Amino acid sequence: MEKIIELKNVTKRFGGITALNKASLHVEQGEVVGLIGDNGAGKSTLIKTLVGVYGPDEGEIIINGKKVINWNALKARESGIETVFQDRALCPQQSIVWNIFMGKELKYPFGFVREKEQINEANRLIREIGFTSKLIDAESPVGNLSGGERQGVAIARAIYNNAELIILDEPTNALSLNETQKVFDFVRNVKKSNRSVLFIGHNIYHVYDISDRFVILDRGEVVHQIDKKDIATPEELMKIMKQTVEVN
Amino acid sequence: MYKEKTFLGNLFHKNGRAIGSMGYFTILMLVFLIGAPEAWMRPNLHQSVFVMLPTLIFLVIPLVFLVASGEIDLSFASTYAVAAYIFAIMVKAGIDPTLAILAGILTGAVIGAIVGALIVIFRLSSLVASLGMLFLLRGIILLLTESRSITIMEIDTHWTYSVLVGNFYGFPMQIFWAAIFVIYCYYLFSKHVFGIHIHHVGDNSVSAEQMGINVKAVKIKAFMFVGIGAAIGGIFTTLITYTFFPTQGFGYLLLALAAVFVGGTPYWGGLGTIVGAVFGVGIIAYMEIGIIAIGWSGTWRQFFNGLIILLALLGHRLHGERVR
Ligand SMILES: Nc1ncnc2c1ncn2[C@@H]1O[C@H](COP(=O)(O)OP(=O)(O)OP(=O)(O)O)[C@@H](O)[C@H]1O
Ligand SMILES: [Mg+2]
Repeated sequence: MEKIIELKNVTKRFGGITALNKASLHVEQGEVVGLIGDNGAGKSTLIKTLVGVYGPDEGEIIINGKKVINWNALKARESGIETVFQDRALCPQQSIVWNIFMGKELKYPFGFVREKEQINEANRLIREIGFTSKLIDAESPVGNLSGGERQGVAIARAIYNNAELIILDEPTNALSLNETQKVFDFVRNVKKSNRSVLFIGHNIYHVYDISDRFVILDRGEVVHQIDKKDIATPEELMKIMKQTVEVN
Repeated sequence: MYKEKTFLGNLFHKNGRAIGSMGYFTILMLVFLIGAPEAWMRPNLHQSVFVMLPTLIFLVIPLVFLVASGEIDLSFASTYAVAAYIFAIMVKAGIDPTLAILAGILTGAVIGAIVGALIVIFRLSSLVASLGMLFLLRGIILLLTESRSITIMEIDTHWTYSVLVGNFYGFPMQIFWAAIFVIYCYYLFSKHVFGIHIHHVGDNSVSAEQMGINVKAVKIKAFMFVGIGAAIGGIFTTLITYTFFPTQGFGYLLLALAAVFVGGTPYWGGLGTIVGAVFGVGIIAYMEIGIIAIGWSGTWRQFFNGLIILLALLGHRLHGERVR
């Protein structure tokens, strides 16, 4: 299988804290990778480095076989990577439609925005994912939405761009059962269309359910990688996680 | 629960701050009209407003962009004079006024870029760094001119004068250009990626960064825009009065800032209103001139300015807290 993105021996420090220590990870086309690890293990830091929000202190990032230089968040999005960040990356005073198209507006020449088109698309998206109540439309400010609805907006944004790789950092933690199921359906659909997902979750049963491969991160280091076909149950995955973390 | 949507309700929800400013402006005009009808009907009162109002428009509207981006600038009041100075000495040196105008505007943009870089790249506080810049630039002007004014009567015969600040059948051209500027900025602010990114950056710069918006570039551009607006204001005033004087613009510092906030743009970033700012400018300009015109002593001016600013802010407060 073709690796669409790869992180090689990446180290990231925040002042005295080493959040990532020579971490390596890759995602192949059409696979769902589950990234797991305790609070503060460095999962979010890893994906932020991957998508160019943080510059790595050491190591390299390889996209479609080529090492990238001056990697940044815009370039990541332009090369087909969309992320639902743990903090959702929304602007609460702005409308849903502006949030959905943030940084990737639909434009006429000279940079004026295709307002009507954006509003129609946004209305369609929020109905489609069904996260928002009927009284709210694309022009309502995000600050008026509930936590789950905000999460829906962030997911809608990632869906809209038909990305090759979708990264979900704890996408379901504010969602009801029904809505969580929708997110899983979405992940399966992405896989079906031969695109990839990098999924971060705290609920090991969830991660087990939808991933093809698991990557275990502990205190900034990738301590274990295992294919789903090599383990039988989520309990086994949990056991492996405990063992590797203890040894480390 | 969400309120039922009516046309009026919707209009007010989206434009509450602008409508508020319009209301205060209307009240102010009524007070003057009722308080001193004869003085208010005199056309020369409004003529002096027509000199001040366009200049304030050029200063205030770009400031709305900057404040909405989450920053503030004070140096514009000196940039105004530096750009006007460059313009005036070039005209004096016999250079084509069109070129002199472009050079003045370029000067404003460069100063804005420097102020912006100091604040955004070197992470200085925008309030303090631009305060330093305000004095520094003013100091440079005073040194260069040895505190002397420059008169450019020769501009009178040049076409730029009549096109920019001349009279078109009694209509002052600067009002026309200020109106064009307002319309352009309205679209720039709410329908163009530049303005939309300004909103995002001022609302939540971390989110904007994560979504691939170049936060630093957006902010520096906003500072440059303020510099350009200040330069245009300075050049227009110099044209209208045929004179550059070294203390030019200083008096506009607090008035322009007041107009931004009276106009309904909140200080915290992420929101702003161009239409509101126009009424803010109207309020400030008519306050300044109106008090004198209706025969009150000038000593009342500051008192009423302060009162109006506080009342307007209290009014805008009713429109709502910042949502998070
Ligand atoms: N911007 C930052 N500045 C300083 N330290 C940071 C920053 N971001 C993360 N860290 C530190 O790096 C470590 C890893 O954080 P990270 O957010 O990547 O963990 P995580 O695995 O995503 O945790 P969680 O499951 O709680 O989301 C933590 O110790 C955290 O305090
Ligand atoms: Mg995290």
